[in-house]
Amino acid sequence: MTIEQILDIPPYSLGREDKQALLDARLGELTRHHAAHCDAYARMCRAAGFDPEGSYPYQAIPFLPVRLFKEFELRSVAADEVVKTMTSSGTTGQAVSKIYLDRTTSANQTKALTKIVSSFLGTSRVPMLILDSSEVVKNRAMFSARGAGILGFSMFGTKRMYALDGEMKLDLEGIQQFLEQHAGETIFLFGFTFMVWQHFYKELVRTGYRPDLSRGVLIHGGGWKKLVSEQVSPEEFRARLHQVCGIEHVHDYYGMVEQTGSIYMECEAGHLHAPVFSDVLIRRPGDFTLASVGERGIIQVVSVLPESYPGHSLLTEDEGILLGEDDCPCGRKGKYFKIIGRLKNAEIRGCSDTYAAKFQ
Amino acid sequence: MTNQEKYNEAFMTSFSISADKLTGLTYQSIPEWDSVGHMTLVSALEDAFDIMLETDDIIDLSSYEKGQEILSSHYGIQF
Repeated sequence: MTIEQILDIPPYSLGREDKQALLDARLGELTRHHAAHCDAYARMCRAAGFDPEGSYPYQAIPFLPVRLFKEFELRSVAADEVVKTMTSSGTTGQAVSKIYLDRTTSANQTKALTKIVSSFLGTSRVPMLILDSSEVVKNRAMFSARGAGILGFSMFGTKRMYALDGEMKLDLEGIQQFLEQHAGETIFLFGFTFMVWQHFYKELVRTGYRPDLSRGVLIHGGGWKKLVSEQVSPEEFRARLHQVCGIEHVHDYYGMVEQTGSIYMECEAGHLHAPVFSDVLIRRPGDFTLASVGERGIIQVVSVLPESYPGHSLLTEDEGILLGEDDCPCGRKGKYFKIIGRLKNAEIRGCSDTYAAKFQ
Repeated sequence: MTNQEKYNEAFMTSFSISADKLTGLTYQSIPEWDSVGHMTLVSALEDAFDIMLETDDIIDLSSYEKGQEILSSHYGIQF
């Protein structure tokens, strides 16, 4: 099956066996492709005693630690085919990952994201309120993960408004006008978890302004670290937002710049879901064997998208728990899981968490 | 303005380019037509023709010529 055909599959429609067959084929193909076009990747496979030309299930494909993209320039295309370099969010002084995208990978990321998000928002586009500052997308050649997130999701907005100014102050007047112009319409809100909390929720509480967002859908992501330390649970996050603006639909997502596009969305039941385009494997920290359902471990992510850089199988620095497969009450097929947090001693990452580090 | 003129105008203002650059222009072929520029172009086309593009069409809009094809076949705009 070609990547074009894969991207036409409804994102939550494949049961375990079909998905296994799909990922075995596509991820095997990507493994051979990267081994042939990226020397460093081929050497890592050899060092791990792995033969890319052999026959194997996708679970056996080596996983690269995400940190490697900070230390090495890893690409599987010629330098002049790179149309965009994305960088991870990092706190000041941290090294950043560099992810090299060619046209194909970049376009496929957009397609995958569109399929996934449309299945939550619907296919028609709606007015979009971005809970961030437009400053984030100023430098076009070099995208931060935050900028890439905003732009990727901008696809779903008809009219777009940035709710925060350059100083991260909430533009109450602008929001009021925007909502009046679009009264009665669904409003799509997008932002990073900590920014939503710090600069939107807290500002609404402080100012007493209560916009009516009962028809709003909020998608947010980027990490919970700071909110965990403020003891705000996901349930409380939703409840408190509902109190100040009446919003009913709030979806967290888990994703990273190293695998842009194939994100994991939170369903109505509060579970993160793997779409057809990607998968999570939870590994035991001691020996990296696969953990059982309900057992905590390190999250490995695989994605069918990366062609221009060898990032189709990565070991994150996050801990999580697999909750089940194909049987979530929301009806979506595929694995569903939850994130526990960052591994101890891991670097701070995530668009929300790196920004929040300034508030300590 | 004819539809052709409106269509060209949307490209020229979105990417700050002249009319002679339009034929054969494709996504990512000039620095201005990147993912940011793409959404600027989409807004410009939507304003010019008072339409709203579907997400699939936004993704498919990969060249100057392809855009005309999409607008005429899905949105009833004649060139």
